[in-house]
Amino acid sequence: MEKRELICIGCPLGCPVTVTMDKETITVTGNTCKRGEDYAKKEVTNPTRIVTSSVRVNGGELAMVSVKTKEDIPKGKIFDCMAEIRSAAVEAPVCIGDVIIENCAGTGVSIVATKNVNRGKA
Amino acid sequence: MLKEVHDIVIIGGGPAGLAAAVAARKAGVQDILILERDSSLGGILNQCIHNGFGLHTFKEELTGPEYASRYIAMVEEEKIPYRLNTMVIDINENREVTVISRENGMETIQAGAVILAMGCRERPRGALNIPGYRPAGIYSAGTAQRLMNIEGLSVGKEVVILGSGDIGLIMARRMTLEGAKVKVVAELMPYSGGLKRNIVQCLNDYGIPLKLSHTVVDIQGKERVTGITLAEVGPDRKPIPGTEEHYSCDTLLLSVGLIPENELTRGAGVEMNRVTSGPNVNDQLETSAEGIFACGNVLHVHDLVDYVSEEATLAGTNAAAYVQNRRSEGEAHPVTLKAENGIRYTVPQTIDMEHMNDKVVVRFRVADVYKDRYVSVYFDGERVAHRKKKVLAPGEMEQVILKKEELQKYPDLKEIVFCTEVE
Repeated sequence: MEKRELICIGCPLGCPVTVTMDKETITVTGNTCKRGEDYAKKEVTNPTRIVTSSVRVNGGELAMVSVKTKEDIPKGKIFDCMAEIRSAAVEAPVCIGDVIIENCAGTGVSIVATKNVNRGKA
Repeated sequence: MLKEVHDIVIIGGGPAGLAAAVAARKAGVQDILILERDSSLGGILNQCIHNGFGLHTFKEELTGPEYASRYIAMVEEEKIPYRLNTMVIDINENREVTVISRENGMETIQAGAVILAMGCRERPRGALNIPGYRPAGIYSAGTAQRLMNIEGLSVGKEVVILGSGDIGLIMARRMTLEGAKVKVVAELMPYSGGLKRNIVQCLNDYGIPLKLSHTVVDIQGKERVTGITLAEVGPDRKPIPGTEEHYSCDTLLLSVGLIPENELTRGAGVEMNRVTSGPNVNDQLETSAEGIFACGNVLHVHDLVDYVSEEATLAGTNAAAYVQNRRSEGEAHPVTLKAENGIRYTVPQTIDMEHMNDKVVVRFRVADVYKDRYVSVYFDGERVAHRKKKVLAPGEMEQVILKKEELQKYPDLKEIVFCTEVE
């Protein structure tokens, strides 16, 4: 049996949550709502995060365009994704939602732009 | 000289200014002008590339630039005019706005109503009195954020962060993702000034230690930062001798508080509030100068942009009613709002019971971390609300909604007190 103490990030309340894991069952205590239970279960089985960063733009009015993983990715893949994001570059113009990297680091999740960058001089 | 005239002039094209403009247009004002000193609309959201914005407003989780783009699209759709690279240098109580720009030099604009939406800025190193040299490598967290996210520059490799405000926490994660080593986040107070979920997602996820009741007592390095000394502080917030620890680093980020940017407001002779560092306002979000309204971080520092948009929408709607002469007649019945015992301030600071909307949202912050405490409201000494809160923290804004019908049960009401109570 394994016990883990977490803080729920579902809302600003930040409930301290205890998760007890058996071979088959996961019990959550300390949460004050259903969201806390869902978060805690996911956090101990398959924790995921949205990753945000920025990518260099060539020929744009800004030097960088902000990006995010279109969906949440496994926590363990964050730095693999970042390595691809950091070596990427795009040509202006870029629009919100444009796919910058497909299937980033084998997660099956794309990196998409979160800002519009027109052509111009940075 | 022929003076330019506009019904509503909005100072600042960030989240507050944009939401105020859209609301004023929806209330029927055609002649609106937004003045923005930067080269694009969106304000600070342009550099806040992380997600977590818009859960209240749009019911989805957006990044800062995406949140801004939604409001910019509304402004464009409504064809509301705005001027970029245009800096307001003065406002007076007659609502004459003096602006400067490269294209037009200095101009004066007569506004029917002014909406102050200038936002806030970071408390700088100079306000902290940290001993030591003044080498390169010391940045406010927001400056580092701009350098990395907008200008694409590298800020540093080994980082210490002083202050656990949200921007500092966000930057701890951001710099880690970019390959820097964030060694520690030190916080003077015994609690963090940031949102709890940011501590989990930005520090705990990456194993970055948070040292509460600690501060920087020395900065080393002459040309560039080479290290800092951290010490624990006592309840008097003074360093405890013998607790010093050395950290080698090339970068020190400061996330030690935000200050509403109110030089223009003071210049207009508006009555200021010492706790919020913003103007005092009534329930219409109108300052002591008639026709001058305020909203967003210039009024008081918010935790979530969603509340800024909500507040700015109200300011825009009320400014519209003012210029359209739609405000109802009748003598004002001002009621003073007071913050006591654990509550630091309220916004608004007064309510006009005669002309108030059906509901008024009163926002406030608490002075310390409290558990299982009540937030109480007293009408002239009589307790009318008493609500238990599991957790209250200074980093998180709270609100109480007052209803006109409840106030009207007290026809001679003079004062409303907001306080925390143990039982």
